[in-house]
Amino acid sequence: MKRITIEPVSRIEGHAKITIQLDDAGQVTDTQFQVTQVRGFEKFTEGRPYYEMPGITSRICGICPISHQLAASKACDAIMAVRIPRTAQLLREIIHCAQIVQSHALSFFYLSAPDLLLGMDSDPATRNVAGLIEANPELARAGIELRKFGLQVIEGLADERVHPAWIVPGGVRSPMTAPARDRFLAAIPQAMATTEKTLGIFKGMLDSFAEEIANFGSEPTMYAGMVDHAGNLQLYDGVMRFRAADGTIVQDVAAENYHEFVAEATVENSYLKAPFYRPLGYPQGIYRVGPLGRINTAEAMGTPRADAELGEFRQRFGRVAHSSFLYHYARLIEVLYALECMKLLLQEPDVLDPHVRASAGVNALEGVGMIEAPRGTLIHHYKVDENGAIVWANLIVATGHNNRAISDGVRQVSEHFIHGDRLQEGMLNRVSALVRAYDPCLSCSTHAMGTPALDISLVDRKGALLDRIRS
Amino acid sequence: MKKLKLATVWLDGCSGCHMSLLDLDGAIIPIVRKVDIVYGPLVDAQEFPEDVDVTLLEGAISTQEDVEKLQQIRSRTKLLVSLGDCAVTGNVSGMRNGIPVNKLLQQIYVDGADLGGCIPGDGLPQLAKQARPAQDFVKVDICLPGCPPPNKVIAGFLNNLLDGRKPETNAKVKFG
Ligand code: SF4
Repeated sequence: MKRITIEPVSRIEGHAKITIQLDDAGQVTDTQFQVTQVRGFEKFTEGRPYYEMPGITSRICGICPISHQLAASKACDAIMAVRIPRTAQLLREIIHCAQIVQSHALSFFYLSAPDLLLGMDSDPATRNVAGLIEANPELARAGIELRKFGLQVIEGLADERVHPAWIVPGGVRSPMTAPARDRFLAAIPQAMATTEKTLGIFKGMLDSFAEEIANFGSEPTMYAGMVDHAGNLQLYDGVMRFRAADGTIVQDVAAENYHEFVAEATVENSYLKAPFYRPLGYPQGIYRVGPLGRINTAEAMGTPRADAELGEFRQRFGRVAHSSFLYHYARLIEVLYALECMKLLLQEPDVLDPHVRASAGVNALEGVGMIEAPRGTLIHHYKVDENGAIVWANLIVATGHNNRAISDGVRQVSEHFIHGDRLQEGMLNRVSALVRAYDPCLSCSTHAMGTPALDISLVDRKGALLDRIRS
Repeated sequence: MKKLKLATVWLDGCSGCHMSLLDLDGAIIPIVRKVDIVYGPLVDAQEFPEDVDVTLLEGAISTQEDVEKLQQIRSRTKLLVSLGDCAVTGNVSGMRNGIPVNKLLQQIYVDGADLGGCIPGDGLPQLAKQARPAQDFVKVDICLPGCPPPNKVIAGFLNNLLDGRKPETNAKVKFG
């Protein structure tokens, strides 16, 4: 029996390690997906004033700081027991859309496109964004521009791109100016065109990835994501809907009741906890979130271009699609959705209103904030004392929900692609590519960021190392 | 001309410093053409190579494994740069430093779990008592503070280096 370890898993956002165990005949018998870092935000925020939480938890993740700021601020809004001004909500939704665009663009163009466009088996030395710039400068540049568009909206509203201090308990710090709005609106058509073109290229490649589609974590699971009263996809506010693998609606959960339905399991071999649907237990109650989870859960996107794409997607893959490879596809559809939403929000008549912040003190000793981060449902839950000092905090982050599904997917993809006692780089890259499809943000998941990397080891039955590939 | 070998490393940080590097947007293209990115989150290199010209290090040092990585990086790098406040001072990563590690893990994995309730350890790096800055362990040649350092500072640093000028580090620098 042999064991393969992939450490670090490369081109993902965090620290992970994969171990694959083989029997004497070279068949996969066991796999482990391990997240190898922890930072302790829940504990060290104890005693801090609640209004510092957006600024501190932002530092969980530099890729989606806006998500943590929003979830934290929503939890703080609940502690203050305020309804934030309508314009503040519009502006929070706009910056959230911008973040979805930049984060999805990073995942697609910078991290996964090298596998998709240069090939899973291409030379690892150039299978990266620099290689993409050489091989396909036009597309690489378009991807860079798309990410830049999202970040320019963030910077235009909030002054800084990473960790701005603009989203605050009670609303946002400053209103949007008319020139800023006009600038954002003027840039949307180009961003839409890039996204549509990329979707076209991606759809054109689907046939050549038939084997990956069939074997990349394609086991059915439940899905979850936020929806509005009509069942349309929501990113900023709504209920968390659980949908079964066969398409039936299981449960709609309001943010403040999450704990009745979402439980967390600790696993011995990973710093990443595994949430599950409490009524079904673990592991029966596993579910997937993120782009694929959301488009499976929602009835519709609610914007015309994204709905047209969703219709085509469902025609190809059914009402509920299970292959994790399709996360890429869902991610591109969501970029379209976020751009369409952003345009509608920017055109709202009161979007320039100067009243953007409600003020209040501590009016409730507990608050939950829930949003759809780029990688899935994000929950911040705080308890405070009368002075507003945090006495307890719990954070459930997007990638956590997918923990068990990623582990199961690693097993499936390994069983399919890995045979024998020699490691071939291309087959190991497929294992990594499965993980990349989820776009896991392991810094968020463990509230730790580590070297985004993969380490695959092959060991024999007694645990002796036979072969190892690291990146 | 021989291309400059650049590595980027991400230890106990949030990746925001790496994002600030990517925030050079299109300006990164001419830089990428002049360097070889030999290691880091964006590429598939297997191991930290020998003879690296410049390493940008993000994040604090939080586990014994981090310390070992850092020592290897130092021994294989000509110019070691602490990129961002976590690498320079410990910053937010160091906010846990006053709390005993077992208490921290207990709260997250035992009190904060509904099932399992064990502290993970199997095949995982153990958390060090404190998250500390890189220069507590090795010589750091240049510090670029900021949380994250502004993209202009990173661009200025890299372009100076590529043009053979002495890296200027005091300009436009801020903590936080
Ligand atoms: S310095 Fe700031 S941006 Fe950089 S890793 Fe640390 S928290 Fe993130």
